[in-house]
Amino acid sequence: RFSPCQVSSAAAASGGYPKRVKVVEVGPRDGLQNEKNVVPTPVKINLINMLSETGLQVIEATSFVSPKWVPQMADHTEVMQGINKLPGISYPVLTPNLKGFQAAVAAGAKEVSIFGAASELFTKKNINCSIEESLERFDEVMRAAREASIPVRGYVSCVLGCPYEGKISAAKVAEVSKKMYSMGCYEISLGDTIGVGTPGSMKEMLTMVMKEVPVGALAVHCHDTYGQALANILVALQMGVSVVDASVAGLGGCPYAQGASGNVATEDLVYMLNGLGIHTGVDLQKLMDTGTFICNALNRRTNSKVSQASCRL
Amino acid sequence: ELQASGLPEYIKIVEVGPRDGLQNEKVIVPTDIKIELINQLSKTGLPAIEVTSFVSSKWVPQMADHKEVMRGIERHPGVQYPVLTPNLQGFHSAIAAGATEVSVFGAASESFSKMNINCSIEESIEKFEEVTKSARNMNIPVRGYVSCALGCPYEGNVVPDKVAEVSKRLYSMGCYEISLGDTIGVGTPGSMKKMLEAVMKEIPLSALAVHCHDTYGQALANILTAIQMGVAVVDSSVAGLGGCPYAKGATGNVATEDVIYMLNGLGINTGVNLYAVMEAGNFICTALNKKTNSKVAQASFSIGTIN
Repeated sequence: RFSPCQVSSAAAASGGYPKRVKVVEVGPRDGLQNEKNVVPTPVKINLINMLSETGLQVIEATSFVSPKWVPQMADHTEVMQGINKLPGISYPVLTPNLKGFQAAVAAGAKEVSIFGAASELFTKKNINCSIEESLERFDEVMRAAREASIPVRGYVSCVLGCPYEGKISAAKVAEVSKKMYSMGCYEISLGDTIGVGTPGSMKEMLTMVMKEVPVGALAVHCHDTYGQALANILVALQMGVSVVDASVAGLGGCPYAQGASGNVATEDLVYMLNGLGIHTGVDLQKLMDTGTFICNALNRRTNSKVSQASCRL
Repeated sequence: ELQASGLPEYIKIVEVGPRDGLQNEKVIVPTDIKIELINQLSKTGLPAIEVTSFVSSKWVPQMADHKEVMRGIERHPGVQYPVLTPNLQGFHSAIAAGATEVSVFGAASESFSKMNINCSIEESIEKFEEVTKSARNMNIPVRGYVSCALGCPYEGNVVPDKVAEVSKRLYSMGCYEISLGDTIGVGTPGSMKKMLEAVMKEIPLSALAVHCHDTYGQALANILTAIQMGVAVVDSSVAGLGGCPYAKGATGNVATEDVIYMLNGLGINTGVNLYAVMEAGNFICTALNKKTNSKVAQASFSIGTIN
């Protein structure tokens, strides 16, 4: 009988792939924020606690943004204070501005993230200012974080396409990434926000960005809206990227295409990495169990194909 | 022909929806719907469309109307319409119905062969040899499939050398192309690479195709790996028709729309119009009363525009 957890890793991680990949789990934040149904605080806490037992090293816990804008994350303080914080695991939180940063630190956050974009229109529609203005706002956060010795992760949205502008120039992505890296972000996560990228555009974009930011500081955050995520991630790995964002059970639809999928499923990513002999430290079975838990709580089917296939074998 | 990127300039897409797809759907569609689907696919630019299977209706009732379908479809110039022929009897029946290309199905796993067609790999090869001999006499091209190329529902892991061995037998007996099938979709870029390396020692690259299932979401990554190694023929199924018979409720074939989207993004020519395929997919999903398995179709119909 076949079990996905026993996929042979005899296929060595040679031939141009990193030996290890850090998986950044964004389900509790990016995932839950983009789900139709809202789950109560204890469920969120249990989800994060279960994820903490899977071997994942980074779990994005919540977002310190005004509940007026993101009601799903209104319980950010309770979540941050309620979760088990295991040693060796990072629990970054989103902080869109200084106020959010201060609230996050007060609630016990030890790592934060800021969100930029490679598209002016997207920035305008999303946070009502220009890219330049958004980076100025982040400057305050960077300064405060530096003083408090808090690492900051930078996200760049729309790196392979924008719901408003359409095509996005790779040079623009490189420019914004460079700015955020220079401001002090230790890592830049490049997000294919609407999932339109393909291995072709991924390669082109990374080639430009890698001229400005060392590959060791790069991550990819691929959406599976057009089914391209794993192929795009594969190309990124081939180019030396070794940090990949994913969401348990593929939580989080696409807000720009009703009913379409969004985040790539962590289970499917880990399955692929296992098959490539790349070390992640993640226990796929425990991950699948966590996915089952949150899908039951959300009363929805999983978006992970590995999970779908496995529970019938 | 390879581009500067090392990828093929052109990839032939073999559309298996009307056969592999419909055969593995819960709902059986009437003959006229099948014919309409194939006719719509014929207008998309697809160079090859697997039409039906000349197998006993006792075993595969969904393909019982093979003769009517074969005779009923429009035959567009430049498009191949292969059909499955598991044995000599099926072959003769296919030819009588107007088929001009046939396919035979081998497997890299003894257990799978036994469970599927109740004989050993060797015995199945002997049956296929009868088909290829007759086909050669009639100038009918034969395509060979090798199932379980990356894993077997009964045996688990499958050794790449075994896949190479079976592929070589099929190629030597006259199959012009060997389609390597990840039947239960368990393969990953790691196992795809190892398997292709072994097979490429025995079969020229230009005679190889990959037939990936998306049961574990790995299909496009596996296909990308294959085309990076120079494979230039890819099987897929419109709307991702055809679930996995070994994992209830799980998906099977990779969706043609999603493959084309990726190949377009890589600048690889396929000759296929993505919108036209999405329309054909929409037609058959409506007829089957099911949602598409193609993410490209899902996203495109959701936002009302097609990127």
